[in-house]
This record gives sequence, C-alpha cells and structure tokens, in this order.
Amino acid sequence: MYRGREGMWSWILHRVTGLGILLFLAIHIVDIYLLGWPDVFNKLLFLYRHPVFRVAEVFLVAAVLYHALNGLRILLVDFWVEGTRLHRQIFWVQVGIFLLIWIPTAFLMLSPVVFGR
Amino acid sequence: MYVGRERPTGGFELFAWFFMRISGVVLILLVLGHLAIMHVINTVDEIDFEFVAARWRSPFWRTYDLVMLWLALLHGLNGLRMVIDDYVHRKGWRVVTLTALALVGFVLLTMGTQIILTFEAPASRATAGLP
Ligand code: HEM
Ligand code: HEM
Repeated sequence: MYRGREGMWSWILHRVTGLGILLFLAIHIVDIYLLGWPDVFNKLLFLYRHPVFRVAEVFLVAAVLYHALNGLRILLVDFWVEGTRLHRQIFWVQVGIFLLIWIPTAFLMLSPVVFGR
Repeated sequence: MYVGRERPTGGFELFAWFFMRISGVVLILLVLGHLAIMHVINTVDEIDFEFVAARWRSPFWRTYDLVMLWLALLHGLNGLRMVIDDYVHRKGWRVVTLTALALVGFVLLTMGTQIILTFEAPASRATAGLP
C-alpha cells in the first residue's frame, strides 16, 4: 500500500480530506434541501457568512484541492508506468500547484472579511 | 509514495476501483468549478435563495449539479465503505455500519436529487414568502 514516511502521510491526508469532504457534503445536501422553505434557507445563510465559517471554507477548499491533486497523482501512477519512477518530481509539482492555486484563492475569499471588500 | 489501492483482479471491487478513478477525474472539473463559482466569481455574501433560483432556471446548472451530486456522493460513500473495510472486522459491527452507510447514503441521494428535479423558481419574492 505505502512505503516510507511521506507515503504514509500523503495516504493519511488523502483519507482524512476525503472523509472531511464527505461530512461537509452530507451537511450541504441538507442545507440545499432547505431551498424548499425559502425564508428558512435565507435566514440560515448567516452561518455561511460568519467569519469563523469563512475561514473554515478556506480550509475546505484546501482539503478539496489536496484530495484532487493527490487523486490525480494516484491516477498518474496507476495508468502511466513512468509515474512510479518520477514520483519525487511529481510530488513537488503537486506542492507547487497546490500553493499556486490555494494562496490566491484564500486571498480572494478572505479579503471581503479582512478589508471589508 | 503510492497511496491508492492496488488494482483488484475482478468482480465488484475492480468495478469500484475504476469508478473511483473515473469519477475522480470528472469531479476535479465539477467540484473545483463549483468552488470557483461560489467563492471566487461570487462570494457567500451574494448567495441566497434568489441566487440559486436564478441559476436553476437554466437546465445546464441543474444537470451540472445533478451529475456532481451523484458522482461526489457515490465516490465519497464508496470511499467510506473502503475505510470501514479497513477498520471494522467484527461481523456484527460490519453489518451495522454498512447498513447504516447504505441507509444514510440512500436518504442523502434522494433528498439531493429531489430538490434539483422538483425545485420551482417562484414567480416573485412574495410567492416565495420572502419580504
Ligand atoms: C476532486 C476530485 C477527486 C479526485 C481526483 C479523487 C480521487 C480519489 C482517488 C484516486 C481515491 C483512491 C481510491 C482507491 O484507492 O481505490 C479516492 C478516495 C477517496 N475519496 Fe476521492 N477524489 C475526488 C473527490 C472526492 C470528494 C468530493 C469526496 C467526498 C465526497 C471524496 C472522498 C473520498 C474518500 C472518502 C476516499 C477514500 C479514502 C481512503 O480509502 O483512504 N473524494 N479519491
Ligand atoms: C462553502 C463552500 C460551498 C458553497 C458556498 C456552495 C454553494 C452551493 C449552492 C449555492 C448550491 C445550490 C445550487 C447552485 O446554485 O448551483 C450548491 C449545490 C451543490 N453543491 Fe455546493 N457549495 C460549496 C461547496 C461544495 C463542495 C465542496 C461540494 C462537493 C463535495 C459541493 C457539492 C454540491 C452539490 C452536490 C450540490 C447539489 C446539492 C443537492 O442537490 O442537494 N458543494 N452548492
């Protein structure tokens, strides 16, 4: 299944992020179901706009991004034999892409909270 | 560094192995696209009942959400099934946890599908009971 330390950590993180996203999705399906009661739906939205939630949403994006990129790496190794030999390079490319997408996204998501717009 | 499961040799497990990978590729586009729409192009300040009503006037976004719902939920539920397989070994507990998983999964899939397919945008804010 996994060899070495980085392998174990990326496996644990993949599992934890996958389960975390699933937990969010379960809650999310219930909140979207409330569209059947428009006034209740609109009243509960204060939750999504609460500063604590907005920071949590940034980490939700991180979880999805990590899980997606790591899933892509699993696919590379599964379907492209060379992937196994290049795994070190692929790991650093993965870290690079993660930071390149997550940092600007986090900035855009938090600037309305921090700067008021 | 390899963290995925070894490819099973046949049967349902092989099907599930392929499903996790194919749904994964499609979900990258759908979920990252969804998050970009909700958090980058718009923000949670703009999302409310009317925002969704406007989006769901278009069959495109209803289809998009429906495909995302089924793929993400089945992918996540099957992932949790694999986790249960890893940690729950006693026969009685396996029956309990896997049955609970199937029931909760069925309810969520039904709720999600029902709201996407039956949602009707009201003619005005007043008919929606909104101020
Ligand atoms: C964004 C695109 C995604 C990709 C590329 C992806 C890819 C993968 C892959 C390749 C696996 C490993 C399957 C195996 O070893 O057989 C996996 C496992 C998993 N995924 Fe995803 N996935 C994505 C989105 C999601 C979402 C949205 C959820 C939650 C609803 C989720 C939850 C899980 C869970 C719970 C597991 C099991 C983890 C484990 O066994 O350790 N994934 N994913
Ligand atoms: C905090 C972040 C998120 C926000 C603000 C958000 C917002 C929304 C909104 C407003 C809708 C209503 C439909 C529409 O306008 O298209 C929706 C539906 C949906 N979203 Fe999200 N979303 C978020 C994260 C996610 C994530 C991470 C996933 C994937 C795991 C996801 C999966 C879905 C699905 C499957 C639907 C259809 C729900 C149903 O049929 O019950 N969303 N989301």
